Formats: sequence, C-alpha cells, structure tokens
Amino acid sequence: MKSKILIVDDEKDVELLFRQKFRKEIKSGTLELCFAFSGDEALGILDSENPPQVVYVFSDINMPGMSGLELLAKVKERFPQINVSMISAYGDSQNYEKAMNSGAKEFFTKPIDFESLKKEIGGMIKDN
Amino acid sequence: MIIAIISLILLYYLKRPMGLISVSPEWKRIFNGGMVAAGVLLAVISLNITIISDLARIVSFVLIGLIVYVTLRTEDLQHRKGMIYAWLPIIGIEVIQALVEIISESFYKNYETYFEAAGFFAFIWAIAMWINNSKQRKALEMEKLKAMQREKEFQITESLKTQLERQVAQRTKELTNQKNELQHALKDLQAAQNQLIHAEKMASLGELTAGIAHEIQNPLNFVNNFSDVSTELLTELKEELEAGNKEDALEILEDVIQNLGKIHHHGKRADSIVKGMLLHSRSSTGQKELTDINALADEYLRLSYHGLRAKDKSFTADFKLEEDPSLEKMNVVPGDLGRVLLNLINNGFYAAGEKKKELAEKGNTEFLPKVTVSIKKVDSGVEIRVRDNGKGIPEDIKAKIFQPFFTTKPTGKGTGLGLSMSYDIVTKGHNGEINVISEPGEFTEFEIKIPNQ
Repeated sequence: MKSKILIVDDEKDVELLFRQKFRKEIKSGTLELCFAFSGDEALGILDSENPPQVVYVFSDINMPGMSGLELLAKVKERFPQINVSMISAYGDSQNYEKAMNSGAKEFFTKPIDFESLKKEIGGMIKDN
Repeated sequence: MIIAIISLILLYYLKRPMGLISVSPEWKRIFNGGMVAAGVLLAVISLNITIISDLARIVSFVLIGLIVYVTLRTEDLQHRKGMIYAWLPIIGIEVIQALVEIISESFYKNYETYFEAAGFFAFIWAIAMWINNSKQRKALEMEKLKAMQREKEFQITESLKTQLERQVAQRTKELTNQKNELQHALKDLQAAQNQLIHAEKMASLGELTAGIAHEIQNPLNFVNNFSDVSTELLTELKEELEAGNKEDALEILEDVIQNLGKIHHHGKRADSIVKGMLLHSRSSTGQKELTDINALADEYLRLSYHGLRAKDKSFTADFKLEEDPSLEKMNVVPGDLGRVLLNLINNGFYAAGEKKKELAEKGNTEFLPKVTVSIKKVDSGVEIRVRDNGKGIPEDIKAKIFQPFFTTKPTGKGTGLGLSMSYDIVTKGHNGEINVISEPGEFTEFEIKIPNQ
C-alpha cells in the first residue's frame, strides 16, 4: 500500500532533496511525497482531501508565518491520526520538549540524517 | 639800621621752606646764627652810640653782602635767588646812602631827595619782583601739586592694574582648569560613545548569532545531503552503465549535475552569511563595493527573523521581501547598509510583536505581525521600504526617533543608538535620505533613498 507523506519547509530545495533521497521508494510505489512551503499551505493540503491521504507530516519549525509548532498543534487537533515529526535547525531542549508535549512523534535536527529518517519512514510503511 | 632789618627778613625767609623745597638743618642753624647776629647789630645800631653804631652798620653791610653772595652762589639756595634780586636795589641804595652819609653828611643832605626817590623806585621794584616771585612760586606749587596728584593717580592705577592682573591671572587659571576639565569630559564622552556604538554592534551581533546559526544549518543541510545523495546516484550510474542502460544513466547524470549546482549554491549561501557576520562585527572600513541590494535585504531579513525567533520561542511573524530584479549592483558599504536594514527590520518585528502582545491581552489572538521589505529601482538610485504592521509611532515622538539615545523600549532592551546610527549611515555615508511615515495603531514605514554613488 502506498503511504503519503507531507513535508513542510520554507526552503524549496527540500523537495528536490527528498525526491532524490527517496527516489527508490517513490519508483517502487511504496511512498508518495507532497510538499508545502508554509504551515498554511500544509493545512490547505490536508483539508483538501477527506479523509486526508497523508499519514505522516514532517515539518520544519522556523518558518515565516505559522511556525512548525503551531502547525503541529493544529494538525494534532484536527487530524489526531496523522503522525507529525519535527525537523529543525534548533535542536535545543525547549523546542524538543514543546514539540514532544504537543504530540510530535520524533524530533530530527538539521542537517537531516536521512538514515534515521528512512528508518522512521520504513517503520511506518511496515506498520501500514 | 634798615640793612640789619632786611638781613633779618632775608634770613627768616631763607630759613623757611618754599613750597616743597626746604633747606637742610645745617643751613637752618647758620641762618639762625645769622638772625641772632642781625638782631644784635640792629640793637647796637638803634642805640646810636658814636663809632660803635657806625661800626655795627658797616658790619651789617658785610653781613648782607655775605647773605647775598652765599644765596646767589650756593646750589641749595637757588630757589631764593628771586628774593635776593627783589631786595638787591633797596640793599644797594641803602648801602650807598649809608656810606655817603658816613663819609660826607653835607653831600648826603644835598642829595637826600634823590636818594629817597631811588629808594622809592627800589621799593616798587622789590614789590614787583615779590609779586612776580610769588606768582612763579604759586605756579610752581600748582605744578608740584598736579605732579603729586598725577603720582597718586598713577599709584592708584598701578595698584588697580596689579589687582586686575591678579584677577585676570586667577580667571585665566580658572578658565584653563575648566577647559582642561571640559576636554577631559569630552574625551570621556567620546570614549563612552565609541563604547556604546561598539556595544550596539555587539548587541545586534548577539541577536544575530542565533539567526546566523540557523541560517548556516540550512545551507549545510543541503550541502551535506546533496553530496551524499550524489554519491549514491554515482554508484547507481556505475551499475546502469555496466548494465548498458544508457538512458537511465543519462537521467542520473542530469540529477548529479543539478545536485552539484545546488551544492555550489548553498555553499555560497553559507559563505555569504559568514561574510555578512564578519562584516557586521568588524568596524566598518567605509569601503564601498558593488553590492546586490536585493540579496543584502534578503539576508538581513532572514537573519533578523531567525535571530528574534531564537531569542523568543513564542515569537511568530510573517515577513516578505519584494525584490526588484531590474536593480543592478550598487556601490554601497554593505556592512553599514546591512546594519541599517537589520535595525529597521528588528524594530519592525519588535513593534509588530508589541502590538500582538497588546491585542492578545485583550483576547484577540488573530493578529499576525508582518514585516515587508520592498526594493524599488528609481532613476536616481534605489528606494528601500521597511514596513511593519505594528503599533506605529505617535506624532509627538516622530521628530525624536533619530536622536541618539532616544528609545521607547524598556531599560536594557535598546541603546537608543540604532536609528541614529542608521541615520548617519544613510545620510552621511551614502548621501541618502531616511524618512518615516506612520499611522499610530496601524503601521510604520521607513523609506531609505540611496542615490547612485
């Protein structure tokens, strides 16, 4: 079964990077990636499908406008079934705890370690 | 007898001081002796004893002769010369008259009227001389008096002068001290100002560091991961080539080329951030260089935002850059202009953040702070606008915002130097203009006009 993952980051090159990193999974059809460049855009994507196809959201924290933590709270409130993990350049404990308390599944720091990210996604695919 | 009386009179006057001139005690003693002698002679003559009285009369002639001679010849008695000249005709006539009387009384009797007439004229002469002398003496005395007065005035002036000189010296000393103190104070102030400017730079650098760290992590993320994925792709490429799948191989190659471009791009980005940081911390060399204003604004907008985010986790805001791609590179001092932008953007986020807090207290949580930087190319150069949707600036303090040390922020939050430094950088450093328009409660917009250099 195909798993749909949403990645939220204001850096546009993130899309290219993820698509290359997960090219095999995309090719084999086990993974579908979609991207949003702001919190608002992400909520728009989730709202556009009912129920949303997205099973996992990876979001940056520091973004102009709605921050990743605000997005996390909103997603958890509206779609509690969707997993949300944070990816941030700020690996400090304050951000970490706030994210975990708000229901984040994992907390990844930048530069992204794709090995652990793949493990996380692989585990999820298996669960599916 | 008359000669003896005249001797007495002459000696009396000789003894007395004339105006300011007085004779020495020795002369006084001599004159006293003379007076005693004249008195004795007068007494002897008046007794009218034959031969003795005539002898006394002759002695009195000698005495008066001595008086006349000594007075005329002595340096110390020159001032009495006039008196002697006045009496001389009388003395002469008396002496001749007396001699004639002694020698031949009949001859004397025959010519007595002539002698009397001569005596009369001599008397007139004496009075005339006396009047003249006393006039001269008075003039002399006046002259002396004036001289004394002048001397007195001169002394007063002298004492005043010394007093004034003393006062002037004292004042000069006081003024010199004051001047030295002021110079010292000025030096202290200049040092303090330099320190404050340095502190302001360091404070904004401190705000920047977190933003910089974040900003560097992002490009590093791409550099690391794109190079990583490229290694994977090249391994795949090898496999595809060995399998002879040329089409797939070319596709992979395209990706690798694209990735290398990305690596280069993000490496450059990290480089420019570090350079920006160095520019900011280093004191400005004032060196103008061709600068991409669009990129500069983008860089500082991000640095400011992430700096504030790092400091205050609850801080959220939107920011937007409206670039003008037609703008060519301009000759500016990038570090200085960056500092201006950073100041204005930080202020914008602060003002909008304050408004958000105020509204939140009233229960309104919908407000989203926003700072927009727009760049516009104009004929004369460039216009940069930094606009926030914050509290705005009240009309009464608008005129003060560019003054050094003016701040509305709570103590410890602002040095009050940011805008005054910005003003100097734009107007003095770049011959530009900086203006502000604001609608209290709605927005504030700073407009910087920088002419082509």
